[in-house]
Amino acid sequence: MKRQRYLPTPVLSLVLLVVWLLLVRSLAVGQLLLGTLLAVAIPLLTRGFWEPLPHIRRPLKLARFVLVVLWDIIVANLQVSRLILSFKRQAQPGFIEYPLEVKERLAITLLANTITMTPGTVSTSIRPDGESLLIHALDMHDEQALIHAIRERYERPLKEIFEC
Amino acid sequence: MTFFVIIEGVLAFLLVAGGIFAFNGSLGMLRLEDFYMRLHGPTKGTTLGIGCVLLASMLYFTVTQREFHVQELLITLFLFLTAPVTGHMLAKTGLHMHVRFSPRSRGSLPEFHDEDVGQGRVARPARARHPWRTRKARRSRLRQGETS
Repeated sequence: MKRQRYLPTPVLSLVLLVVWLLLVRSLAVGQLLLGTLLAVAIPLLTRGFWEPLPHIRRPLKLARFVLVVLWDIIVANLQVSRLILSFKRQAQPGFIEYPLEVKERLAITLLANTITMTPGTVSTSIRPDGESLLIHALDMHDEQALIHAIRERYERPLKEIFEC
Repeated sequence: MTFFVIIEGVLAFLLVAGGIFAFNGSLGMLRLEDFYMRLHGPTKGTTLGIGCVLLASMLYFTVTQREFHVQELLITLFLFLTAPVTGHMLAKTGLHMHVRFSPRSRGSLPEFHDEDVGQGRVARPARARHPWRTRKARRSRLRQGETS
């Protein structure tokens, strides 16, 4: 109860502390204290603006997810570059509607951002009811295959991480 | 000694690769045909380009000044936070303004919902005119006037 009151979001506080230490580039005691103060004060002051954040159930899965996404960003860059540079092959653009399985708002945000960062897809719009996501694909040959790939590669892990 | 040679090689590789990726992202703006496709260039190409340059910077200062330089990670963090959001907002605005997409695009779409595109036509800026094209049209109109 007490912890809930004074430290509502421990992960956010930790991130703030690390960002502060990186910004000032020192590990002096004074900076550590100041950083801790900020890390506690900022979440408390801005608490009114935060939605209740879902708990991360499986940190290991999250780490694995981050690595997968990083790797996919590299692959995405290579693919898009090849498409831009090649004279013969023309891209086949298309819109698809992706039915969402996750319902947690943070998870949907993460999924939309991930989709934008990875191979040839940009998320364009979310239906207000949060049921589906509009995606523009740069080079799409099989709609079902793309939906399947996104579901297996990104949505499943996110769902398991937040267990929603 | 060989250590520094290797580091130098890695640095050069990272810088050149970063430059190529950033250039490629910009080239996409020129080569791709409609608004939504052009969006793909800057949201992706530049991310890895800047990532490579930042990695090179971290490595260089860590080796030459013999202390850890990790504040470049902050730039990466902010970039990863902002790039997808910007891309999303641009695409959404494009839909609302009824920006045309290439007729070759396919998919289950083009039957957009009202929430996606807005009900009425949103005010949109005048279409950019090609100066030489209008000049040519005017000239041809003048010529027709002469003949008739």
